[in-house]
Amino acid sequence: MERSRLISSMQDILGEEGVIHEHEQLRTYECDGLMEYRVIPDLVVLPESAEQVQNVVKLCYEEGIPFVARGSGTGLSGGALPVKSGLLIVMSRMKKVLEVDIPNRRVVVEPGVINVWVSQAVADEGYYYAPDPASQIVSSIGGNLSENSGGVHCLKYGFTTNHVMEVEVVLPDGSVAHLGGGKAPDAPGYDLLGAFVGAEGTLGIATKVVLNIARAPESVRTLLAGFDDTEGAGGAVSGIIGEGIVPAAIEMMDSLTMEAVEAAVHPGLPEDAGATLVIELDGPEAEVESQFERVLKICEDNGATELRVAEDDEERALFWKARKAAFGAMGRISNDYYVQDSVVPRTELSSVLHKINELSEHYGLRVANVFHAGDGNLHPLVLYDNAAEGEADKAHDLAGDIVMACLEAGGSLTGEHGIGLDKKKYMPKMFTDEDMETMQLLRCAFDPHQIANPGKIFPTPRLCGERPGPFKMHPLQKAGIVENF
Amino acid sequence: MDTKNVSIESLQNIVGEENVREARAEDAVEGVEPSFVVEPGSIEEISEVMKLAHEEGLAVAPRGGGTKTYLGNPPRELDLILSTVRMNEIIEYVPGDQIVRVQAGIKISDLQEKLGESSQMLAIDPPEDEATIGGVVATNASGPRRYSYGTVRDLIIGVRIVLSDGTIAKAGSKVVKNVAGYDLSKLFTGSLGTLGVIAEANFRLHPIRDVSRTVVAEIEGGPEEVYAAVSAVVRTQAEPTAIELRYDEDEKLVSVLVESIEGGIDAKVETISYVLGSHGEIRDPQDGDQLGVGLPDVEEDDALLKVSAPPADLAAVLDSVLGAAERRGLNHPKITGHAGTGVTFVGLSGGDVGAKDEVIDELREIWSRHGGSVVLLGATAELKEKAGVWGPPRDDMGLMGRVKDKFDNRGIMNPGRFVGGI
Repeated sequence: MERSRLISSMQDILGEEGVIHEHEQLRTYECDGLMEYRVIPDLVVLPESAEQVQNVVKLCYEEGIPFVARGSGTGLSGGALPVKSGLLIVMSRMKKVLEVDIPNRRVVVEPGVINVWVSQAVADEGYYYAPDPASQIVSSIGGNLSENSGGVHCLKYGFTTNHVMEVEVVLPDGSVAHLGGGKAPDAPGYDLLGAFVGAEGTLGIATKVVLNIARAPESVRTLLAGFDDTEGAGGAVSGIIGEGIVPAAIEMMDSLTMEAVEAAVHPGLPEDAGATLVIELDGPEAEVESQFERVLKICEDNGATELRVAEDDEERALFWKARKAAFGAMGRISNDYYVQDSVVPRTELSSVLHKINELSEHYGLRVANVFHAGDGNLHPLVLYDNAAEGEADKAHDLAGDIVMACLEAGGSLTGEHGIGLDKKKYMPKMFTDEDMETMQLLRCAFDPHQIANPGKIFPTPRLCGERPGPFKMHPLQKAGIVENF
Repeated sequence: MDTKNVSIESLQNIVGEENVREARAEDAVEGVEPSFVVEPGSIEEISEVMKLAHEEGLAVAPRGGGTKTYLGNPPRELDLILSTVRMNEIIEYVPGDQIVRVQAGIKISDLQEKLGESSQMLAIDPPEDEATIGGVVATNASGPRRYSYGTVRDLIIGVRIVLSDGTIAKAGSKVVKNVAGYDLSKLFTGSLGTLGVIAEANFRLHPIRDVSRTVVAEIEGGPEEVYAAVSAVVRTQAEPTAIELRYDEDEKLVSVLVESIEGGIDAKVETISYVLGSHGEIRDPQDGDQLGVGLPDVEEDDALLKVSAPPADLAAVLDSVLGAAERRGLNHPKITGHAGTGVTFVGLSGGDVGAKDEVIDELREIWSRHGGSVVLLGATAELKEKAGVWGPPRDDMGLMGRVKDKFDNRGIMNPGRFVGGI
């Protein structure tokens, strides 16, 4: 289909203001939160209703036009990177909170709703939405569910997938289906909702989402604990978990991260510490108080140099601001950084951190570590200077070696940022060809023409209806429509 | 004896002579008799059996403890029972990581015993002790603890599966947090053996709480009062572990399981007792988990229904069940439920098949309008045939059919047993 005809067809569906086609405006959408990869989409459309999404997708299906859905574009794996000669469907205008149902503990939203709005909508009733990625003040529910976002509190409360109860989906052929039971549990049939959440936009576009909300805890206690080194902090983490305590969160920052955070946010982190833990307990008051005493003792037993308990909500918020600002604060100590998202079994944390130090020395690049210590989800930040020749490549190699060290320790490529474009080259290190072909059977059931976010997650797309065999070029690739397969 | 083109010898060649036998009457699934029972000892042997079945077009039913074979439509055809009983090992258990990897054939009770040695548990508590992990996953079995820990989908973190053509594949990992690749663990959860064989599964574990107590209230009144009591418990910040309902003609009990550490338990019990106290008589709190079995007792000719509805509609669910049964002249239904989650179990007795069918029909008509469902868990063949097991299909049925076709292109995995006849 000619571009001018495509533009006018899209304008028929969305109105003139719903279609962006000027080159300079399109450039705004050339990347997501991972800025190394940039592709200018052919067109950007901004639907306001499920019906508009459906009509857009129908047209894409009929014309064989690949599309990428995008929320706020905060993703860190290039998952919402546009495809060349493809359509970018930006969901940010669908941002209504449609229903708050306290007795059933459900909130129904459009996908462009910002994560933190959900908690705000129910706070007065004493409820909140548990998944809290660090990006929660800008990232959208649609993006969260595509990536199965985590957050600092998922150790106790689970991930996005545990809190999405139903999605209305526009499938890649333009039809609409509802996955999951919404307010009622255990919808008979396959758990297609479970497969859809975290599929990184490759199975369709969510147009309405039913979320689970949780009762706010009676009591919350938050602690900053400084240690001489990450070993001591790691020992405290193991001690807490080993005692059968399930904290709401345990986060670790190493000295390099603390330096950056201190400069950016001034939270008053323990001075001269080699590592700091942010530990939070929540629940019924008597239980929390009793467990909190034990946590303080465990920290002391593991050589804590400083313990600072948040005195009020304001101080608690400051502790979390420090942690959540960690990525952004890196600008204070380095021109550029590259973040990884690997996961290791918790008992391997100390040996993997040791390995990361060795790699850092070997490459001559600094690595800052800030991570979800409770569930072993590392966020090593490789610091480099893009202006220095060869340093960016070196940073990527170092990051790749860190990923491999995590896999060797029995871990995963990604805990919450997704595979996207960035990590698909590592997929064969974690999965066999059979594993990935089997996963793509699902893709073929949802999207036989593979027009929904093509080129993401899997290094080699499986052509639907064909027997697995030697690699063949995808028609989209042959036609030069899709790069980076 | 031969079935289709397969001899017992060809199966023996794969799994060994002593691990294949001709099927007996008790191996029948909802009246359909298979030819052989095969017991592979490894995932590779499962794969070889499946390759053979795929080539010859043999219909296969995976089986664990066989405690839920009553669930679902009768199979359209059945040649082999693929039993996982020999695959009962714990592959890896790291208490410090709170994860476990097991073979599908391990009994959940054996697993819990082992985990208990490290004061940990898999937070799934279906009523059947003899159930295997593979069966629990395939049927999405759950119990009272689902109120606070969720169901299998919330705890499973990885699987190894064998597809109908013998392909061995894994998804997920052994770490709690992982978003690499599609989450096939959830897809296979509750798939009733229709997509492939679950050979191994990985789970996240939870610590066993130090102390637990059960607070039981005898509710004075009917459905409205029962819901008021349950909703008062749900609204507290006491984080109850489970809220169970037993609703009989002469007794309406709401039982709440409370767990904590020594320093926290009394306050929780007090809160729960206080809010329940305005809705009925509180019995003395009992030590430990005294919730009892979650399903109503039913006789052979009775029907056992699972009604799923929005949790805040509990009173309406009870009213609809009681009203529908009474109007058709059935006995007072026996009702239990995981109150607070929207799951209610109903035992229907008395009346003929036609009357029960009408009750089911009426309940489906009401609850599908609210996004819910009514599944016929247990019933006579005649009633299953008449009422259907799963209820009317939803708008994702076409997609489910396509998923089934992709994973099981010859339609040999438990054909016909699941929703929409897939």
